[in-house]
This record gives sequence, structure tokens and C-alpha cells, in this order.
Amino acid sequence: MRNEPIAEQVSTPLPYSAWPDESGHFGPYGGKFVPESLMPALDELEEVYLKSRHDPEFQAELDHLLRTFVGRPTPVTYARRLTDHLGGPRIYIKREDLAHTGAHKINNALGQALLMKRKMRKNRIVAETGAGQHGVATATAAAMLGIECVVYMGTVDMARQEPNVYRMRLLGTEVRGVTSGSKTLKDAINDAIRDWVTHVRHTHYLLGSALGPHPYPTIVRDFQSVIGREALRQMCDPEVGPGRLPDAIVACVGGGSNAIGIFHPFLEYPSVRLIGVEAGGRGIEGGEHAARFADPRLGRLGVLQGTKSYVMQDADGQIALTHSISAGLDYASVGPEHAWLRDQGRTEYTYATDDEALEGVKLLSRLEGIIPALESAHAVAHLVRLAPQMSKDEIILINLSGRGDKDLGTIMKELGNL
Amino acid sequence: MTGVERIQAVFARSRAEHRAAFMPYHAMGYPDRPQTLEILQVLGKAGADLFEIGIPHSDPLADGPTIQTATYEALMRGTTVVDCLAMVRELRTAGMTQPFCAMTYYNPLFAYGVQRFVDDAVAAGIDGLIVPDLPPEEAEDLEAACRAAGLATIYLLAPTSTPERIQFVAAHCTGFIYLVSVTGITGARAELPPDLAEFVARVRRHTQLPLAVGFGIATGEQASAVARIADGVIVGSALVKAAVGEEGLARVAELGAELAAGAHGQ
Repeated sequence: MRNEPIAEQVSTPLPYSAWPDESGHFGPYGGKFVPESLMPALDELEEVYLKSRHDPEFQAELDHLLRTFVGRPTPVTYARRLTDHLGGPRIYIKREDLAHTGAHKINNALGQALLMKRKMRKNRIVAETGAGQHGVATATAAAMLGIECVVYMGTVDMARQEPNVYRMRLLGTEVRGVTSGSKTLKDAINDAIRDWVTHVRHTHYLLGSALGPHPYPTIVRDFQSVIGREALRQMCDPEVGPGRLPDAIVACVGGGSNAIGIFHPFLEYPSVRLIGVEAGGRGIEGGEHAARFADPRLGRLGVLQGTKSYVMQDADGQIALTHSISAGLDYASVGPEHAWLRDQGRTEYTYATDDEALEGVKLLSRLEGIIPALESAHAVAHLVRLAPQMSKDEIILINLSGRGDKDLGTIMKELGNL
Repeated sequence: MTGVERIQAVFARSRAEHRAAFMPYHAMGYPDRPQTLEILQVLGKAGADLFEIGIPHSDPLADGPTIQTATYEALMRGTTVVDCLAMVRELRTAGMTQPFCAMTYYNPLFAYGVQRFVDDAVAAGIDGLIVPDLPPEEAEDLEAACRAAGLATIYLLAPTSTPERIQFVAAHCTGFIYLVSVTGITGARAELPPDLAEFVARVRRHTQLPLAVGFGIATGEQASAVARIADGVIVGSALVKAAVGEEGLARVAELGAELAAGAHGQ
């Protein structure tokens, strides 16, 4: 680390990076809630992953691909006009929108695909996708590594993310529409898991968020932590960043992979506030949202798709239908590590509504020349509220998890003629 | 008698009679409440030895299209955990004596409250629990409550289960072990997997518990083949499919009799 103040800030290292425990739990959260057919596959995945984590050859190949294929490191941009506009702290943007395929999802997709290719006796990938970004990232990694790939996607999401469906097909992936339940991300995950159960002997499930049964939340977090590791270095480098740690980091939270990726390397710097922004949809009161932490009536401890965490559900334990303008945040549960860190008081969560997110899209586009994904626009929306509460000598870093091209259809419909 | 003992008695009797137990599944609340009660009674008369009663969940990730659709429709009709327990109580009052094993996913049970669910299930006349997304590792609370109440905890084993896994899971099972015939989801299949006998034998080496085979069994012939190697024959999707539409009850009675004859070696 280049500058001195940081070393001083590292007091006693907090044990956050030690989680999960050996059984895959983050305190009361996480675990493995899956049909028996999958238990051996999860055990194998854990074993392979733990070995690869410390395998210099594997890590070197991944690093090489991240640099030469994904385009990492992604830059940190100083948002001068947005800073002036809000009149508060200096704002920096971590540019995951500039990663290949236009979002952070490629970090994990490439990591897992390479893991399967090099370390497992499997030759087929299944994945789910909501916004289509994880599906495109997985299809891209599969094409580049020569792996057969099937992506499940709810038909509602297929309609609102049509260009991404075509992208996946262009990349040689088979996209299967899911018509059960709410026809969105949750239902796509159900069908991906059903496919995985059926073909588990030769198929790897490439889960796209920090969710699902252990070891997925850990694997996804680790592959996404490249965001935070780069950001830490860039912020502390006076030539590209402010030359010091930020005072707050803001990221949107669906399953929570981009957020945990940028938060994790900062967990042991207690001066850095870590703020996740959930999808407030049409507002909390009506229940049409995906703000698991914000609505005690619907968001309660439960089990969904392999992991125990906060889950939007009715009184009978049936999973509630969620709503968000952004397909990538439209999910009933949240990564178990977020729930755990929140309990510890290390991270905090708020939400932004659909309308606030749309304002965020306009603001960042006009002031910074960056069109954010609707997901990332939730983080921008919170920035607008947070900045006035902070002083001019403070610094905020936001994670711009993806670019907005994929959302133009939705944005045009919502904003109309400009 | 506890639930575990009632289940043991079923397998003791079928073993003594050199036959397997016929164990039909039905999705509670499907096609509707009155027909659910009729279907279970008809299957009882057809020769069912033990019932699996499916409590619907919005996200049945171990189920194929037939049971997904049936449980979804049951939910749309407003079927709740409380309703399912009430239906069991009603069937007991009507004189049904076969053991009932509730099959549900973990979240509805967890939301209801583990201890409260076990108490209410026993009071309603339920004898065992099958929770396909709850491996023994995550079931400490539920197992403790079930042990105290005499309710059987039935876990699943799959063709992918390793010898260590078989021993571990068997040690947590009471009543019987549920063997999933194929790696996959529920649903009728044209043929039984070729390695089924080998899988059953592999499990048999590690446990004395009765072994019931389910997933994919749809005909009397298949039931008969399974009965030759296992202690119980579980049929779900094929019966649920038969229950749809007019004459559903008659078709369930007919298929139930055929499956019972197969399982019983008649």
C-alpha cells in the first residue's frame, strides 16, 4: 500500500474475512438447503474451489484473462460535475460498466467457467439470468473457453431485456424461457437447479450472485472481490484517485454480488461506511418492491433456493412476488453474507424506488456522460440523498455495476420523449 | 403408538407378507379440497399402505412439471399449512389408519415454526416428515423436535450419494429411507433407470432401515419391478396426473389398484 495513513487505520483486523464457518454458515445465515442429489456436487465444488484458491497456476491464468479479455483493471473516475451539482463530498465511480460485456458479472462467470474447465470433470454449464447480464457474461465465458451452455430466463425478463437474449444466442448459448411462477429471476433459478439436479454428473451450475447453497456465496464473493481490491489500490493512489480511503461506499444490492465484491476488501477499514441499496420498486407500503431489509412485514428470515437469509414471503412461508424496474434487483432473497454483516453493524442498507432510479439514470447520463444500468442507478439515487449529509472534505465511492444500454427499451418507455 | 412405530409396523407387516408397501403421494388441495379427501380415501381402499401428503410451496425446486402445476393450483386456491393439517384430521376422523408422511419444503415449515409444526402435525395425525431441501446437516432443530414427539424424519438418498453420505443420512433417518431412483426431479418416466437395483443394494449394505423408492414410477409393471428390490414403492406424479378432469377419481382408483397390485406382488 502506497500511503501511510492506511496502515494506521488497520487496528486489530476484524474477523469478517474468516466467514463463513466450515459448514458454510455466516452466523445464522447461509448453509446448504438442497436436494440430496446435489450434496456430493456441492462437496466437490467446495473441495476444488478451496484448492484452486491457493493454486498459483490457476490464479495466474485467471488474472491473465481478466487483464487481456475482460479489460481489468476497470478505472475509477472522478465525477467532477456530479460532485459540484450535489455540493457535498467528492464522488468517485468504480467503472464496472467498462468491463467486457458491460457489467461486473463477467468476473464471476469467467472465474467459475475457468474453474470448471481446468479442475472439474464436467463439460456443460447451466445458469440463470434476470437482467440478462449474468447470462451474457456466462455465454461469453463459455464461448471463449469452448463450453456447452444453457441459460434459463423468465419470459417476463426475456421481454424486458430482449437484446440480451439475442446476445446470448449470438454467443452460441441456448436460452430457455421459464414460464412458471412470476416468470422472473427466482423461477429461472428454480429451473436451472432442476436442470442441474438432473444432469449433475457432467453439468456445473454457474450461479451468478452471492446466493444459493454453500460454497456459492463464498465463490462468487471471492471472484467479485477483484472490484474491491482494485478500488482500494486506486483510491489510495493519488495519481488515479484521491490518495486516501473513501468515507463511504455505495452499491446496489439484488443478490448482492457487486456490493459484496466492492465491500469485502474494505471490511477491515472501519472508517469506511458500506451502504447497500435495495430496490424500493413502487414503494415499501404497497409491497411491490424487492427491499428485503426494509419491509419487516414481508422480509423475514427464511430459506430460498439453497440458503437461509432474509426472504420476502407471506405469513405461510410462500415466497412473495417482488417488483423492481431493474430485472437484476428483482429477487426475493439477499446474499447471506449481507444479512450477517448487517447484523454485525458493519454494513447498512437502504432502498431507492423505481422513480428515484430513473432520476439517477438521467443525472449520471447528463452530468458525467455515463449511462448507468437501472440496477446501478439505485446506487446513484442514494448518492443524491447521502451527499448533502456529508462534508466537502469527505469522499464517496460508488460501484457502477453495469452500463445502461441493455435498459434503453425500459428507459425509453418510462421517460418518453426527452 | 408413535408415528415412527406406526411406520415400522407397516414395513414389518409387508415384510412378513413378502411384499412391498404401496406409498402414494398426493398434492393436498388439488384439484380442490373435497376431491383431495376423496382421492386419499380411494387410494386407501385401493391398497395404500402409507401416504405422502404434499403441502404446497411456491418454489418446489425438486419437483417436475406435474407436481409443480398441481401444488401451484392448490396454492392459488388458498391451501395453507393449517388447511393441510385439517384435512389429515378429517381423514383420521373418517377412519383412515394408514401412516401419513407430510412432504414439504423447508420454508413453509420454518415460517410456521418448527416446534409448533411438529406439535400440530402430531395432533392432526401425521407420522413422519419428508423435506427434500433439508439435508440432516441443517435439520438439528427439526430432528430434536421430531424425536421428542415420535415423528419420523425421512431423508432422501440419491444415486450420486457416496458411501460416507449413505451412512450419515441413514443414521439420521427413522421409519424408512427415501431413495430417489434417478438424479433428477419428480415425474413419471417411461423406464426405470438400469442401475436402480445396484443403487438399492449399495444402500442396503449400510442400513437395516426399510428402503422405499420413488421418482419416475408410473405403472403397475414398474411398481412390481421396484417391489422385487425395495421395501416400498412411492408414486406421485402419475397419480396426480390421473386425478385431473372428469372421471379423475375413477382413474385414480384404477391406477391405484394397478400400482398396489404391482407393489404387493399380485
